[in-house]
Amino acid sequence: MKDQRATVLDVANLKTVFNTRDGEVHAVNDVSFYLQPGELLGIVGESGSGKSVTMMSLLKLLPMPPAEIRSGTINFDGRDIRHVSDGELRKIRGGEIGFIFQDPMTSLNPVFTVGFQLVEPLRLHMGLSKKQARKRAAELLELVGIPDAPARLKDFPHQFSGGMRQRVMIAIALACDPKVLIADEPTTALDVTIQAQILELVKELRQKLGMAIIWITHDLGVIAEIADRVAVMYAGQIVEHAEVKELFANPQHPYTRALLETLPKMGEARAARLPSIDGQPPNLDHAPVHCEFAPRCKHAFERCLKENPQRRDVSAAHDVACFWDTNTGGPMDA
Amino acid sequence: MLDGKKKPLVQVKNLKMHFPIFRGVLKRQVGAVKAVDGISFDVYEGETLGLVGESGCGKSTVGRCVLRLYEVTDGSIDINGTDIATLSGAELRAKRPEMQMIFQDPQASLNPRMTVGSIISEPLDEHKNMTRDETRAKVGELMDAVGLARRFADRYPHEFSGGQRQRIGIARALALNPKFIVCDEPIAALDVSIQAQVVNLLEDLQEKFGLTYLFISHDLSMVRHLATRVAVMYLGRLVELGDAETLYMAPKHPYTQALLSAVPHPDPAQAGNIDRVILEGDVPSPANPPPGCTFSTRCPRAQAKCKKDSPEWREIGEGHFAACHFIE
Repeated sequence: MKDQRATVLDVANLKTVFNTRDGEVHAVNDVSFYLQPGELLGIVGESGSGKSVTMMSLLKLLPMPPAEIRSGTINFDGRDIRHVSDGELRKIRGGEIGFIFQDPMTSLNPVFTVGFQLVEPLRLHMGLSKKQARKRAAELLELVGIPDAPARLKDFPHQFSGGMRQRVMIAIALACDPKVLIADEPTTALDVTIQAQILELVKELRQKLGMAIIWITHDLGVIAEIADRVAVMYAGQIVEHAEVKELFANPQHPYTRALLETLPKMGEARAARLPSIDGQPPNLDHAPVHCEFAPRCKHAFERCLKENPQRRDVSAAHDVACFWDTNTGGPMDA
Repeated sequence: MLDGKKKPLVQVKNLKMHFPIFRGVLKRQVGAVKAVDGISFDVYEGETLGLVGESGCGKSTVGRCVLRLYEVTDGSIDINGTDIATLSGAELRAKRPEMQMIFQDPQASLNPRMTVGSIISEPLDEHKNMTRDETRAKVGELMDAVGLARRFADRYPHEFSGGQRQRIGIARALALNPKFIVCDEPIAALDVSIQAQVVNLLEDLQEKFGLTYLFISHDLSMVRHLATRVAVMYLGRLVELGDAETLYMAPKHPYTQALLSAVPHPDPAQAGNIDRVILEGDVPSPANPPPGCTFSTRCPRAQAKCKKDSPEWREIGEGHFAACHFIE
């Protein structure tokens, strides 16, 4: 399943549950993935598929309660993050693991200057003096392509445009040379021309800095462009995982196939009718007892409604959680 | 494209919508946000005109102006032979059933305290003299048409998913048998798998009821799928308008070219070899647009002339319009 290179982050059997008044919500169900140094892992899924909650669980950024990490190990750089002390965790958050959120307006503090917000992690995590930190902050803004960086440190977030704010967020996330950068839908709130700018910037920064990135998105186009490997999530589980070219060329899970089919393609002739996936994503108020996609799946058969499929290897570095065998066009042997 | 058969249902001429800016103690007007600054286009009967552009370019404002949800600053909007820009209240009200709107956010555009049945029947109660039974029958028909089970009529919007809520909004828009519907980003708030369902529904309904759509969206690939013709907007003005296939295959205006090339392709095999135009900088403020061509500040081809003279909106091919000094 994985090649011999070391991993920076190794998550196994992560389970996150929300205890609400109306019962439990099983947001993340037995999720396992790994991240190798310098690579970009894309996580795709629709809203409510558990992509963000998975990432928030890694750094315990969820309010607990109601959230509860029920089981699993999160191995980061030789430590299990689930069991590190609060002080250690604080060092990891924003220090060794950087986080970029979807909406740059709500994740920047409107009453502090951008300079202040950049200097803060530098002084806390890197122990720089005020002067050194300001110098480094200006360098960082320059690195993410903000013109006239030293002067703009004095500006407040509202004085930046959406794309520029996202650049500031990236600068803050990069401030302490993180080993891992987690980007949660960083371009969703941006226009396509600005998104193109940010994607270009991320590609550049990867070459320069070489950190590993986890990129969460619902946009398969973005994934195709920047990811090395992809994990597809549905109803709190990873249903397929493969290298990006393999996934687009040889998708195995009916959900992945349907997702790829529903996308109108820009370069090709116009389809008469868009293939669609009928029905709704499931309610997550129960732990999965059968394949959660089965009610919407055109290949579903008896077994799919009785058992929850486990991920099985299709080829090296490609696995899928499905009882249907796309190659033979029939059910897998039980 | 412009053969004699196609007749324009909607004709917009030189539409302007300026929102005043007031400042100071006396609330004096100090300027205006030129959200829409002189645009003209036609929508032909039975077609879908796609209107694309980035956020803040004024595309939603155009949609609202065309239905006269705003009092326009200048220009005329001719719908089916009547200029609605100058109609009085009562006349406008009589005209309303012909033109309807589907909104972006199905959560915000449905009253949470009304049942689905009463939401869909509200336009009927307002504009038609129907008995209760007739209304109920019509609501049932509408729910069938958009693929909602009739037994849901007594439920409230919060009990539905995003895609189903959008179906409620569509049923309401259809209630009065409109000819023309403005769809303002109707799928932007939905997940990919649900988007395709709603788009297919819109296409089916168009065929069934002979509807004409103005489809406003920032999703360029979806517009290409749906639209007959596409208009591209930048900072309150149209920069290019043409047949969807022509425009997507051979965009002429530098902004259209950049916009189309910025769309990520869902194909990693191609990812490396796309000729991408990356625009520098951001969209200028519509309160203080640059002189000359509004795109000149970001245009890779801009020259001195562009910063002075505003390019003329002209026909560059059959039914293909653009505003740029450098298009032959």
